[in-house]
Amino acid sequence: MSGATPFQTVGPFFRFGLVFDGCDQPVGASDGTRIVVEGVVKDGAGAPVPDALIETWQADPAGRYRHPEDGRAASDKPFDGFRRTATDPDGKFTLTTVKPGAVPGPGNRQQAPHLVVGVFARGLLTRLVSRIYFDDEAANDQDPILECVPSARVKTLVARRIGEGRYRFDLVLQGEGETVFFAP
Amino acid sequence: MTGLRRYRPIPKGTHPPNDFAEYGSSKLRHPKEAPVSIPQTLSEITGPVSGFDRFGPVEIDLTMQHAAPAQGERIIVEGRVLDEDGKAVANTLVELWQANAAGRYRHDADQHDAPLDPNFSGAGRAVTDAEGRYRFVTIKPGAYPWRNHANAWRPAHLHFSLFGPSFLTRLITQMYFPGDPLLKHDPIFNSLSDEAARERMVSSFDFALTKPEWALGYRFDIILRGRNATPTEAEA
Repeated sequence: MSGATPFQTVGPFFRFGLVFDGCDQPVGASDGTRIVVEGVVKDGAGAPVPDALIETWQADPAGRYRHPEDGRAASDKPFDGFRRTATDPDGKFTLTTVKPGAVPGPGNRQQAPHLVVGVFARGLLTRLVSRIYFDDEAANDQDPILECVPSARVKTLVARRIGEGRYRFDLVLQGEGETVFFAP
Repeated sequence: MTGLRRYRPIPKGTHPPNDFAEYGSSKLRHPKEAPVSIPQTLSEITGPVSGFDRFGPVEIDLTMQHAAPAQGERIIVEGRVLDEDGKAVANTLVELWQANAAGRYRHDADQHDAPLDPNFSGAGRAVTDAEGRYRFVTIKPGAYPWRNHANAWRPAHLHFSLFGPSFLTRLITQMYFPGDPLLKHDPIFNSLSDEAARERMVSSFDFALTKPEWALGYRFDIILRGRNATPTEAEA
């Protein structure tokens, strides 16, 4: 079989095709801590990016993924770990979710609670992959993925607590304070 | 837990670079730092594979979503979603969105001086069957101008969004039409330097799909990132 179909940009006109009611809200699993992650997407000139699409995927509060390859017992409260949101004209986005639990990582180690993130936008020919960690989790210090990141840049992956259940996480696509993007 | 079945490395040239000067919008939006390599963990080899009813009802006929049929040339677009080994990707969501026959999107920011069609929204959704097959009936989109360079026009295209079995198989791409004279002038299409890679985004006209007295058929198979043959590392 030949290679994979290439990525192409999501373009500027995706809203009517991809953004649906409730796509930035939790479904299922009422347990756990309800959180809001808010931030701004910025370009290399520091200008807001008003046409970015952000998708997140995460475990439930017990650290389980709703997926057949998570071999642990499924939760009796199925939790949909997928969120999608688009930035507004000021480049702002808001995601409402439930804080995930720690999940298994490489070499029998635990990964600190995190969301995996995909970013699409006009001007991006592919998807950028990142992660959102939380600054009130001591487990970040032992996280096997954060260990792969130059220490001066780790802070770009850590959401800052700004209130009860509220976190701030900016995505900088280019330049000073550029967010760490991954190649998994 | 048993070993994770990881996804294979992505060969160079499979996807476009984000730093591609001919596409003006990429200038301030592509990361300057190289991506950091990380191992694939349970977080990446899982992903949304269920709960797709959340996205809205399945809508495979974009020509009949309103009071009257949409304007333009009706087409049938059918294909299979496969992995790199040719194995069907069943039960996965396929999202489609596009401009109308006149080359205009139903989007506030689209200021192209071409008419909107009150009977065409331009968005649909399908879920693949056991053989990985999807099918849409829609309108052939028009080409439209953009401001990337002098006299810049996007070739007619359909936007496709796919999930596959994991976070790593997520794909957003564009389907083009065979023989379109605009393809060789389009920097987004030509962001792939490899001709074979570009051809993977071009549908083929198919008489077998074409319905007499009704609509031309185009075939577009979509290949998602495949797996390594065997689990590579045991994990707890």
